[in-house]
Amino acid sequence: MTDATATTAGYDAAEEFLDRQSPIQRLQGILHAYPWLSPAVVLVIALIIFSSITSLFAQPGNLGTITQQTAVTATLALGQTLIILTAGIDLSCGAVMVFSSMVMAKMAFDQGVAGLPALFLGIVVGGLAGLINGLLVTRVNLPPFIVTLGTLGIFTSLTLLYATGRTVRNRELADELKWLGKPVLLPGGFTITYGVLVMIALYLIFAYVLRYTAWGTHVYAVGDDPDAARLAGIQVNRVLLSVYATAGVIFGIAGWVLIGRVNAASPNSGIDANLDSITAVVIGGTSLFGGRGRVFGSLIGALIVGVVDNGLSVAGLDEAYKRLAIGTLIIVAVTADQWIRRARA
Amino acid sequence: MTETTTTKSGGGTSTVQPVLEGRGLVKTYGRVVALDGADFALYPGEVLAVIGDNGAGKSTLIKALSGAEIPDTGDMFLDGQQVSFKRPNEARAMGIETVYQTLAVAPALDIATNMYLGREVRKPGPLGSVFRMLDGAGMRKAAKAQMTELGIGTLQNMAQAVETLSGGQRQAVSVARAAAFGSRVIILDEPTAALGVRESAQVLRLIQNLRERGMPVILISHNMPQVFEVADRIHVQRLGKRAAVITPQSVSITDVVAIMTGALQVPAEDQTLGPVR
Repeated sequence: MTDATATTAGYDAAEEFLDRQSPIQRLQGILHAYPWLSPAVVLVIALIIFSSITSLFAQPGNLGTITQQTAVTATLALGQTLIILTAGIDLSCGAVMVFSSMVMAKMAFDQGVAGLPALFLGIVVGGLAGLINGLLVTRVNLPPFIVTLGTLGIFTSLTLLYATGRTVRNRELADELKWLGKPVLLPGGFTITYGVLVMIALYLIFAYVLRYTAWGTHVYAVGDDPDAARLAGIQVNRVLLSVYATAGVIFGIAGWVLIGRVNAASPNSGIDANLDSITAVVIGGTSLFGGRGRVFGSLIGALIVGVVDNGLSVAGLDEAYKRLAIGTLIIVAVTADQWIRRARA
Repeated sequence: MTETTTTKSGGGTSTVQPVLEGRGLVKTYGRVVALDGADFALYPGEVLAVIGDNGAGKSTLIKALSGAEIPDTGDMFLDGQQVSFKRPNEARAMGIETVYQTLAVAPALDIATNMYLGREVRKPGPLGSVFRMLDGAGMRKAAKAQMTELGIGTLQNMAQAVETLSGGQRQAVSVARAAAFGSRVIILDEPTAALGVRESAQVLRLIQNLRERGMPVILISHNMPQVFEVADRIHVQRLGKRAAVITPQSVSITDVVAIMTGALQVPAEDQTLGPVR
């Protein structure tokens, strides 16, 4: 301490605070700074458990399959993360994804639109759907849960009416729409798809945007404390609107990934996709109260779900254990989040 | 008590131009008259306390000066130039910063991020212009320099989350943010209302540091001893008007309370006391 700071003796409270930290508090501090740490540990434990149960699990081929199975949920979870960071929630994300995929498929198949414009239109429809959610949240001032519960029903029925109950099958799909199903061979025998690569690229982009741009900072600030954000001159509603619209675009891209994954566009797919995405985000350590979390946590969360799902079936165990395990993980993750928040507040 | 006193603030005592001045400000909410031709003058380098009973219109007055409310009639002047603010950002763009009583910082964000919230600085070159990358290291460095300048020595780590700080330290972050961007006026709206005795003392010391740096400060407060400790002049608001401007040296706390409640009337010519120095 220099003489200059010694004169301001009243400000030594910070040092006292730091000295009082117990090991538990230090752990809380670490978990707070790196919210993806505990889900990463859970993922590693799950990998070890299934590897020891059956030798089939850890085969490169099977691990590649897990990433393919995870790609759709992980893409949805990315958009969901943006919304949950603002203390919102989106129950309509799966419906938006399926709606977008149907628009892509039918535009190309029924309307004779070329593959790429059809793909673009489908993603635009996803963005518009997100914009509608955002407008209802910001302009009509409804809770996000209610807004997206409503639009979940609306988008689902629009999809069914638009598709007239019919699936666009593999050989009817435009080539561009099937790109993301194409395999990519990695060294070591791993096989992923272009869909996995697109998903990873999206995660990298949004990890950067959230961490290094003003918009990202504002997303966190709006979720953390909207009043403080407003007083700091941030236009809270504009940020929220941009988040819902951006998430809608991501859900539209998820529709493209979905077509690649199932090799068809079906109005009946993605029934539980909304809950799966929320599960991935929550297990990934992002707080449902907003303002805390990292996108890579959601990717890990989606992988945990994928690993448990795949591991149980490869090991020949009852699928019912999946719901038990994932349900338990959700409770544990939210409890841990509460604990971290309470201790740091 | 009439609006004729609005002609030239400062009276005959000085020709110094006010930094921020309001003349005949009126603001009504339906039938409620919050400001009834209120005058206001802040002079360079002074700490001006604004006090008044509940409903006297002091928070409406401050909202008008900080751009949070638009007065129905009346004129405002910043360094002699007439101004009108439609929103807080407009006042902020002209160098008027406000610190609120409600610890207006985002708890999960770190100190530097909070200081630059809404005014983030991008990196120079294509990283900043094309990739919109923020200059995190630069902002942390500038935040640290600002803290040191204000004598907030113990806040060393600008990457520390604000929620790990005490209430006084959080308010110090707010004050440092205001001081970093407020080039002309800093308004502190009940900055110690949510704080304990010791933490309040920290904030009061910050206010004194601001004055030593020549920054004019408006302090809204209920706390008479605090007002008498740091204020150069005291603006007493009553029934939507300025009832008096007094110096702590010339009047007792009892008399100020009497003016606030209307028990003591102040002649109109004494209401516009000029700068002390």
